[in-house]
Amino acid sequence: MPEPTATPPLLGDFAVEIRSKNAGPFWVTLETFMKDGTGYTIAADDTYLNERVIAGLYKVDPAQVRIFRIPALNVVKISFPRPVAQASLRDRDIHAGQHHVPLATLPVPQRHLSV
Amino acid sequence: MPPSRDTATRVGVLTPAGMLGAGFTPESVERGLALGPDVIAIDGGSTDSGPYYLGAGLPKTTAAAVRRDLRILLKAAARADIPLVVGSCGTSGTDSGVDWVAGLAEDVMAEEGLDLRIARVYSEQDTAVLKEHLDAGRIHPLAPHGPLSPETLESCTHVVGMMGHEPLADALRAGAQVVLAGRATDTALAAVVPLMRGMPAGPAWHAAKIVECGGQATTDPRLGGVFATIDHDGFVIEPLDPDNVCTPLSVAAHMLYETADPHRMREPAGTLDVTDATYTALDHRRVRVEGSRFEPADQHTIKLEGARVTGYQTVSFTGIRDPHITAHIEEWATGLRAVLTDRVRQTLALNDDDYGLDIRLYGHNAVLDDIEPDPTPPREVGVMLVVNAPAQSTATAIAKVANPLMLHLPLPDMPYLPSLAFATSPAETERGAAYEFVLNHAVDVDDPAALFRTEHSHPREATHA
Repeated sequence: MPEPTATPPLLGDFAVEIRSKNAGPFWVTLETFMKDGTGYTIAADDTYLNERVIAGLYKVDPAQVRIFRIPALNVVKISFPRPVAQASLRDRDIHAGQHHVPLATLPVPQRHLSV
Repeated sequence: MPPSRDTATRVGVLTPAGMLGAGFTPESVERGLALGPDVIAIDGGSTDSGPYYLGAGLPKTTAAAVRRDLRILLKAAARADIPLVVGSCGTSGTDSGVDWVAGLAEDVMAEEGLDLRIARVYSEQDTAVLKEHLDAGRIHPLAPHGPLSPETLESCTHVVGMMGHEPLADALRAGAQVVLAGRATDTALAAVVPLMRGMPAGPAWHAAKIVECGGQATTDPRLGGVFATIDHDGFVIEPLDPDNVCTPLSVAAHMLYETADPHRMREPAGTLDVTDATYTALDHRRVRVEGSRFEPADQHTIKLEGARVTGYQTVSFTGIRDPHITAHIEEWATGLRAVLTDRVRQTLALNDDDYGLDIRLYGHNAVLDDIEPDPTPPREVGVMLVVNAPAQSTATAIAKVANPLMLHLPLPDMPYLPSLAFATSPAETERGAAYEFVLNHAVDVDDPAALFRTEHSHPREATHA
């Protein structure tokens, strides 16, 4: 079990990297590269991380959120249509490169910490 | 190059960097040449930096950087007698972008005493022709977009079609040694020669996807590009730099990069499916990939990209360090918006919907806005005002009305006027036209090359090649 660096522990504490980026002009994609199988178990837990949770974090329609769980890479990948048009007046992140932060700072539930 | 050498048992693809103009070392290209490449393939652009480059028809890269990279690659291609294929020239792949890169290439060739046959493959689209396709029901929206209106097509300053490998293959068969393409899929540049030499489509497209961002598929992308060797059963990927490493994880993870779906990727001719691909370390720095599939599409499609002007922008930027204001920064920003819109109404006789403005609080929530998870008070705040209006003069007039407020606006409980920290004088910067992408649609075509036009620099020689 990796050592958490914050209280309560955050998803990012169990990851090598959590990143975000445009996937073309109309989609954002987020990837959690988890440190190990334990981290992957947390990120892949669909009662912790699911379409509804992502929709809440990013203010998007849960029906348009796509989640890919990839155990071979210890990665959970999440994609959804860009909520703000790229380079429009309201867009403050042209490459969507900083949109990983709400996901990375999501608190990890207690049930995953008492191993 | 001999493109008809279709009895190849392996085809090598040298990709020195993820983008022409991004830079790479001449030594890394030398190492790539020693591995026996059949083509040098490099991407020249992307939509990633926004609609401005397509809308304005201008490149993101500077000419000196593109010329520098072209010099190394043109000399390498000439020496090895292999083609150089560049896609999405000039960032967005407009016709002006292709001509810009071609002009730089011709300058370099004249200086270096090279005489390579160049093909320019243009991808810009005539909206009148596209309207005929639309009327005939051949244009379909891609998620999350809806149906296309003719007015939207007409509003674009530039529209490009994203070519697959077919127009590039035609140019090579006609004798081109350097192919400078307009908008092309990132993968088409690297896939074209392997496909022409008879390599199976699964490994050819998958290898092309892995090399398209240069060193992204390695453990240290700072160390430069990669080399892919495609054969009849799969492909091998390795970094150009001897100190760099490809691992099964670094290669497999690259399928995730800038894609919405990590398993399937649509090309004009079909879909690459890597669901069952296996990644095996051959040694400490090379990875072999097998099991990639390509499903030919029933209908060949060309994706369209188009951008239009949304208005003209002026920005202004001031800094706040006063702890009382930063502690109540949301209230201050709400006050700025209210007083500003009121004054604009009074002094410029403009209604709120005649223009747009965005107040971005850097240091507080400017980057993530309403999804910002951290509510702690900031130490300092940079206030960026962005104004968008139908005319540049209107945008600047609004920013000038904002100027005394961005200098002196107090909170309601402050008995004095603060003086805030403007970053520049004058405070207003005119940004010119702002653009948006409005097309996310695909055209059904019978001929994969029909929407593209190719010009050869040595047309008579090309016909004898």
